[in-house]
Amino acid sequence: MPDSAGELDKATARQSGNWATGTGRVARHSVGLALFVSELSVLYRRRRTWAMLAALAAVPILIAVAVRVTNSTRQSGRGPQFLDQITQNGLFVAVTALVVSIPLFLPLTVGVVAGDTIAGEASHGTLRYLLVAPAGRVRLLIVKYVGAAAFCVCATLVVVVTGVGIGLALFPVGPVTLLSGDTIGFSESIVRLLLITAFVTVSLLGLSAIGLFISTLTDVPVGAMAATIVLSVVSQVLGALPQLDWLHPWLFSHYWLSFADLLRQPIAWESFGANALLQLGYIAVFGALAYGRFLTRDVLS
Amino acid sequence: MSAEPPGPWPGDVTRSAGDLAIETRGLTKRFGHQAAVDQIDLAVPRGSVFGFLGPNGSGKTTTIRMLLGLASASSGQIRVLGSEMPSEFHDVLPRVGALVEGPAFYPFLSGAANLHRLDTADRQAPSATRDARVAESLERVGLAHAAGKRVGAYSLGMKQRLGIANAILRPRELLMLDEPTNGLDPQGTREVRSLIRSLSGDGTTVFVSSHLLAEIEQICTHAAVMSTGRLVAQGTIDQLRSRGETRVRVRTPDLPSARVVLGSLGLSVDEVARERGEQIRSGEDEFVTAAVGVLDVRAEDIVAALVAGGVRVRGFVVDEGSLEDQFVALTGEGFDVAG
Ligand SMILES: Nc1ncnc2c1ncn2[C@@H]1O[C@H](COP(=O)(O)OP(=O)(O)OP(=O)(O)O)[C@@H](O)[C@H]1O
Ligand SMILES: [Mg+2]
Repeated sequence: MPDSAGELDKATARQSGNWATGTGRVARHSVGLALFVSELSVLYRRRRTWAMLAALAAVPILIAVAVRVTNSTRQSGRGPQFLDQITQNGLFVAVTALVVSIPLFLPLTVGVVAGDTIAGEASHGTLRYLLVAPAGRVRLLIVKYVGAAAFCVCATLVVVVTGVGIGLALFPVGPVTLLSGDTIGFSESIVRLLLITAFVTVSLLGLSAIGLFISTLTDVPVGAMAATIVLSVVSQVLGALPQLDWLHPWLFSHYWLSFADLLRQPIAWESFGANALLQLGYIAVFGALAYGRFLTRDVLS
Repeated sequence: MSAEPPGPWPGDVTRSAGDLAIETRGLTKRFGHQAAVDQIDLAVPRGSVFGFLGPNGSGKTTTIRMLLGLASASSGQIRVLGSEMPSEFHDVLPRVGALVEGPAFYPFLSGAANLHRLDTADRQAPSATRDARVAESLERVGLAHAAGKRVGAYSLGMKQRLGIANAILRPRELLMLDEPTNGLDPQGTREVRSLIRSLSGDGTTVFVSSHLLAEIEQICTHAAVMSTGRLVAQGTIDQLRSRGETRVRVRTPDLPSARVVLGSLGLSVDEVARERGEQIRSGEDEFVTAAVGVLDVRAEDIVAALVAGGVRVRGFVVDEGSLEDQFVALTGEGFDVAG
């Protein structure tokens, strides 16, 4: 507050002047892009986000360094898929890192971001101010989901890009031998890597929708994060039980490791399509649940 | 004037519903069995500075949440700035600035970044003037120097100021401020009062809740009093204050004749040990108190009559009921919060 009444009046006058030119009751509605940009900037101004991305980047680096240091030319057949190919072709660092990250690290970071969407705002108390602004409940939900989806892209890209970088630095890069036995050149392999990135990102969208829904249920973000992450583990455990064969195609984690199909010649698109459809189903169901819950909910935090 | 129904304001028959910034009918909020807000009919005239009083837990914040569409009403209707809430929030909320249950911000962002963020949430807020509006709002609450500091490192009072800055990011027709002076130093409290005065001078209706009566009394034109979820009084400050009875208190050794004289003037003389007017012995003298009531008797006339009646007047006090007395009388003396 200005120290004297005079200053206050000056400030008032200046402000009114600005207001007079800046606004009017003739409202120009923006699409809401500003809120989305702001959502991303809040996400990426958190140290937590960068810590998670750094942890993801550490996965390919650890793999590459471990393989390089032990200098194992042994084709043991143990360890994650594609591990043996790294010494011949550095690009496989990225692929191996994805195989390692998908069961836990990626769902973990996505669970943190998706679980935080609404519950995090509620726990800060900022949810009530966003709604009073008014952000609009539906609009806020959409912006929050798209923000979480953007993080899925980013998280996957971090693993792939770091993998390619460290792979190029530590290992030779040549033609890539596909699972089908065919060989493709460098640029074609980069295209395949981008396709794999897209596949993995899409795989995580269902989980994000689940996280968004859980986040609307509580004011405790840690609870929503933990529940989302636990669900991703449960889904994978169920997927590993042969007794539950009938259930497997419905689990959101069912296609998580199927991106290897993109390393065949010709590309086996079926799993890509089936995965996209499955994830869309999850988005529709849990998006609707989140909508139903959030639209009627009392914001008392 | 207890919980009068909405409609024409007492003493102003020309006022119509269109002149009300906030109007509720039978507004109720139940949490389980408990009615946190119970059938309240608020009527906040446009242009007023409206004090919303009540002790802790009386339902002030819950009411404000419903007015802003944060919580749904269990029953009853709400009109804010002439539009139905919460269904027409798109039209209403951009014209309302609010501070609800204390300020809340992202601790890892600076004060300016926080305001920026909340401003983007309002689709009608022009992005072109955003930076300027944020800067001026911060200046207006005295935070210009702390604009770049993380809110996590703000003091309670600084956060409170930032909360107010957020409420005035845009020109508003209505401000709803829930305990705006909470945590402020005396200087800050005074500045908030002068800010409210200046905003009100610009034509903004200010609806301000508080349990600190002294703060409200100075700036409010109107007030309502809540007690355990019910609206027990509402009206202009003068109307509320005049609910208190003016009483006179005479110190005299001639008690019986004093009672006769006061009675003959039409004053209602208190019997022994009435709640607010006991007779107390003090040396040789005794006191007698009497309510002036609605009579238009001047104090000097009372004294003149007493003296003429042979009463030795050794002390004479006129006690105008204070708003504080009213507040306590309406909401109860007890310290315990009603569950
Ligand atoms: N989320 C909730 N769940 C259950 N009861 C609640 C909830 N929020 C408030 N209440 C109850 O509603 C009543 C009114 O609370 P409210 O916060 O509106 O009081 P207030 O007048 O703002 O008090 P204060 O001056 O302390 O801020 C209280 O009895 C409180 O216990
Ligand atoms: Mg309160």
